Amino acid sequence: MQVDHVTGRVEGGPLVDTYVYEAPVRLWHWVTMLCVMALGVTGYLIGAPLPSIGGEAVDSFFFGWIRMIHETSGWVLAIAFLVRIYWAFVGNRSSRALFIVPFWSGKWWAGLFGDIRYYLFLKKHGDLWVGHNPLAQFAMFSMFMLGAVVLILTGFGLFAQQYPWGTTWMNLFGWVTVLLGEPQAVRTVHHVAMYYMLLFALIHTYMVFREDITRGSTVISTMINGIRMFKREPGA
Amino acid sequence: MSDTYYDLMRRQGISRRSFLKFCSLTAASLGLGAGGAEAIAQAMQTKTRTPVIWLHGLECTCCTESFIRSAHPLAKDVVLSMLSLDYDDTLMAAAGHQAEQALEDTIKKYKGNYILAVEGNPPLADDGVYCIPGGKPFVEKLRRVAKDAKAIVSWGSCASWGCVQAAKPNPTQATPVHKVITDKPIIKVPGCPPIAEVMTGVVTYILTFDRLPDLDAQGRPKMFYSQRVHDKCYRRPHFDAGQFVEKFDDAGARMGYCLYKVGCKGPVTYNACSTVRWNEGLSFPIQSGHGCIGCSEDGFWDKGSFYDHLTTIKVPGIAGAEGTADKIGLTVLAAAGAAVAAHAAVTAIKQARSTGRNDKVSEVEK
Repeated sequence: MQVDHVTGRVEGGPLVDTYVYEAPVRLWHWVTMLCVMALGVTGYLIGAPLPSIGGEAVDSFFFGWIRMIHETSGWVLAIAFLVRIYWAFVGNRSSRALFIVPFWSGKWWAGLFGDIRYYLFLKKHGDLWVGHNPLAQFAMFSMFMLGAVVLILTGFGLFAQQYPWGTTWMNLFGWVTVLLGEPQAVRTVHHVAMYYMLLFALIHTYMVFREDITRGSTVISTMINGIRMFKREPGA
Repeated sequence: MSDTYYDLMRRQGISRRSFLKFCSLTAASLGLGAGGAEAIAQAMQTKTRTPVIWLHGLECTCCTESFIRSAHPLAKDVVLSMLSLDYDDTLMAAAGHQAEQALEDTIKKYKGNYILAVEGNPPLADDGVYCIPGGKPFVEKLRRVAKDAKAIVSWGSCASWGCVQAAKPNPTQATPVHKVITDKPIIKVPGCPPIAEVMTGVVTYILTFDRLPDLDAQGRPKMFYSQRVHDKCYRRPHFDAGQFVEKFDDAGARMGYCLYKVGCKGPVTYNACSTVRWNEGLSFPIQSGHGCIGCSEDGFWDKGSFYDHLTTIKVPGIAGAEGTADKIGLTVLAAAGAAVAAHAAVTAIKQARSTGRNDKVSEVEK
């Protein structure tokens, strides 16, 4: 099987099942998915709290638990993200696809426009790819990766605001508040970025199911066992 | 005008003998060796009160109103005994040319040694014509007085951030002091107005220790602005429990629940209201049943309603479209969901029209 080494496009030859997503990448993916779900639900509830609960305040820590789950999930997401960055240095080509988009490659651009035409139903067949297709990779980079960086930094900016200026956390992340001007702005950016991430999650979920059902290679199982299996030839 | 601390103590009825005793005792308690008492007595007999020039730009004088209500220390003690308020066009007895003469004298006499306190800010549009005290644009006066000042205190949100006159669209181009004067140490004491005790506390610190207090990354004294109103709020347990006022006339409001859902900005406001409080520690907005409006934070006028804790955002590219992050985000998600459903439907139709997908699979389960 001939594969373009920059874009991962299958260019010919007999199709061979290929190991694409290494174990740390798969583990990171599912950990991140669970964190994003927990963060999305608790984050929304922090912005729009549920109706008040009765009884004495001393008997309840309901809103506190929501924030605790949110902050803990955020920590897990951030640490997993750091490990993921490390893996991009030591892993295979697909492990770097999230961080490095080959803008310099003409083949990549051709693939991107081909994908766009295919998804607009202007082109009958899409190409086969080992790893992400260019449009998917661009979404991973611009929506997931950049969105996650903004969410993690503003998240820690908000986390640090619980501590006074001059403490360790404010020394580490107080710059986020200074950069955005004041604490409410950090909150607004974090909040808008959440919807950006949820928009990605919605499209991503639709796309992986669609790809897996209609296209020539496995997608969902690839993120479970790491192997991309080809069901039919390109153009078929 | 140039009284020493010794002169002041004498005027308050303290004898020379008591003064020297005080110096000896202070030297002993500080563990200073022989000659320590003499050094202290010498300093107190020669060091003059710090001269302060207080300018008023584009402002509402609420900072001064707050300042004169300080209880600990009393504003009169600060003004009459601790500092030498040589020029303050609102509080001084002199007026007109006499007042302006006092300003000139102070600048000349204490060149490089006086503290400049600024209440309000200069509007820069049209050469500063929107604020003309004493016949000249305020920005000119500010620049001239700031040139020879030792340090600048920015009183209130006007001087610190810009406040209401700098709210969008800011027609007079009102500009906070630190963006006009860039070569002097500036202490921001934001708030609309700042708490009286915070104002006198900052002044007392500077006079007592002859240096500026520790400032945070945004130039505010750490001792008063290092924590959010939320962090020391007495209603915080209701926040953690999930007990919120939903409307101002509901049972939660009567029970003193957390005001977060009716727009309290306490979680995003650095100030000392929940600890120092107002009017001799009597109360503060949240204690009175109204959420914090975040008056000591930059741009608090431009964040939308005081009764919504989420900022109102303008949608770029669509005139008149605005809403909170939730409103806009959920709308976008709903639109994306509809697009996904439509795309899925077209995909399904295309798929059904093609020859049947299972033909292409090499083996089909029987």
